Amino acid sequence: MQQVFSVPKSMKKDFKYTFCPGCDHGIAVRLVAELLDEMNLTENTILAASIGCSVFIYNFLNVDSIEAPHGRAMAEATGVKRVRPDKFVFTYQGDGDFASIGLAESTHAALRGENLSGICINNTTYGMTGGQLGPTTIMGQKTTTSPMGRFKETYGYPIKIAEHIALCDGTAFSARVALDSVPHIKKAKEALRKAFQVQLDGLGYGFVEILSTCPTNWKMTPEQAHERVRKEMIPVFPLGVFKDVTAK
Amino acid sequence: MTQKELIKGNFAIAEAAVRAGCECYFGYPITPQTEIGEYLSQRMYDLKRGYVCAESELAAINMVIGATSTGAKAMTSSSSCAVSLMQEGLSYACSDELPVVLVNVMRAGPGLGYVYPAQGDYFQAVYGGGNGDYKLIVLAPSTVQECIDLTYKAFYLAQKWRNPTMILADGQLGQMMEPAEYGEYPYPEVDTSSWALTGAKGRDNRKIFSCASDEDEHNAKIRRLFAKYDKIAAEETEWEEHETEDADVILVAFGSMGRNIKATMKELRKQGLKVGMLRPITLSPFPEKRLSELADKCKQFIVVEMNMGQMINDVKLAVNGKAKVDLLNRPVGQWLSVEEISEGVHNILNHKELAVL
Repeated sequence: MQQVFSVPKSMKKDFKYTFCPGCDHGIAVRLVAELLDEMNLTENTILAASIGCSVFIYNFLNVDSIEAPHGRAMAEATGVKRVRPDKFVFTYQGDGDFASIGLAESTHAALRGENLSGICINNTTYGMTGGQLGPTTIMGQKTTTSPMGRFKETYGYPIKIAEHIALCDGTAFSARVALDSVPHIKKAKEALRKAFQVQLDGLGYGFVEILSTCPTNWKMTPEQAHERVRKEMIPVFPLGVFKDVTAK
Repeated sequence: MTQKELIKGNFAIAEAAVRAGCECYFGYPITPQTEIGEYLSQRMYDLKRGYVCAESELAAINMVIGATSTGAKAMTSSSSCAVSLMQEGLSYACSDELPVVLVNVMRAGPGLGYVYPAQGDYFQAVYGGGNGDYKLIVLAPSTVQECIDLTYKAFYLAQKWRNPTMILADGQLGQMMEPAEYGEYPYPEVDTSSWALTGAKGRDNRKIFSCASDEDEHNAKIRRLFAKYDKIAAEETEWEEHETEDADVILVAFGSMGRNIKATMKELRKQGLKVGMLRPITLSPFPEKRLSELADKCKQFIVVEMNMGQMINDVKLAVNGKAKVDLLNRPVGQWLSVEEISEGVHNILNHKELAVL
């Protein structure tokens, strides 16, 4: 009998997901692990983990990792890559980590054209601390720190991360993907593959923003949460490739 | 054979870092240490080593954390108010046990303060401005020659003990020139292969992290770190001491103020006063045992600092009530001169006589 589905070799053998049921982090981590296998990178990888739910990735992957302070993953990744340019170095961060407290580090790594790959999970809230307003919370969205919904006079506007990173001259690839359907998951994997490949080819900064669910803090079922990604998030954060220096 | 040349303090630190094998420098400009980054931009380029103009001091310290996590030698330099921005990173680096090397060429605070020299960052360096229980190794040079020697030592101790190490200089030292020689980097290379991140090839993956969720493990980790600090204290504490054998008064100062108390000691000896001196070279670990021994015989210590009295607390703890400890200080700016210190010593001694009378 042919085995058609198995756990990627890059996953720890004894891992137990500590993500909430229905959270898209599990899918994103699995895609990363599949790509590390397929691109034969596992043994040559150094991961800069971040703060928030995304930090758990270092419990699931069989790669060397360092846990950066909140927002500083791209700085630590830069430090690693500059002294060990032969290593594959990537970050895995949430939207608050990447685009609020770490926006300077994230932006300047792109502007310097660091040969790094960045993954940002955008779930429009601070998940680990219980669902507060973050840099990507959309207008009208209720959170524990915007109980009346986000409105511009007090809270301003959400950031469009993938477009922002695409504006940086050192960026080789920037895309936004979602995980709400199988076709979208397949596209997400190909975007991640490209963000990894541009680093390996020395072309510069590769970045993927992944629209993701947070059923616990959104107070939704997984199905409702994916429906929200389609109905509310994608209209605000359109999917697509915003920069690709390898495009013909 | 090496020979002495006229070298500026900041350049001495920079070139010594190169000769110590620093593989990458990460920094952000701030007076009075900017020459370190300027010098290294060309030097590291010529040597095909790493150099990054970081976007902030927050980024710079974390870049050093990333670089040193691979076992590489790396450094950042900054000054006072900007070193404040690095405290988060230093707390992480101590918990992660990473061989970060950081130079603080002190300027005057608090806040932005000004570019003239001061010694107001003793507390921040020795007691930590970051969160949680941790200790840096802190080395305080007093001459340009020591800028070189202690930079060599900082890279060695950082790796030997897997502990962030700070060179605490000041604007006076960073900006002045005097004869010094580089010599050769005098320390052996430290093997980092048992812990460095190199990629999980042929072994389990390694995680460098400070996150803790198990209370018992967390307690054990912090106790283990403090057992390490005790060993560092036993093996690495260093100080300069003169004429304490018969001293009625011992002057204590760190960094470039150490030069002024040495000259003051000589001046007061000429006047017939039995004055000795002690200059801690390692501020952390602090030479508390030696000060305690000296306090068994000498009953008057005078601490001379360019701040409102910071190191004096450690002197008092070491002396532990066995002797009188007084402060001569100025918060910022022009270093207390030999004349000013001499006058201050006389005043303190006269008050003591008055008190007895």
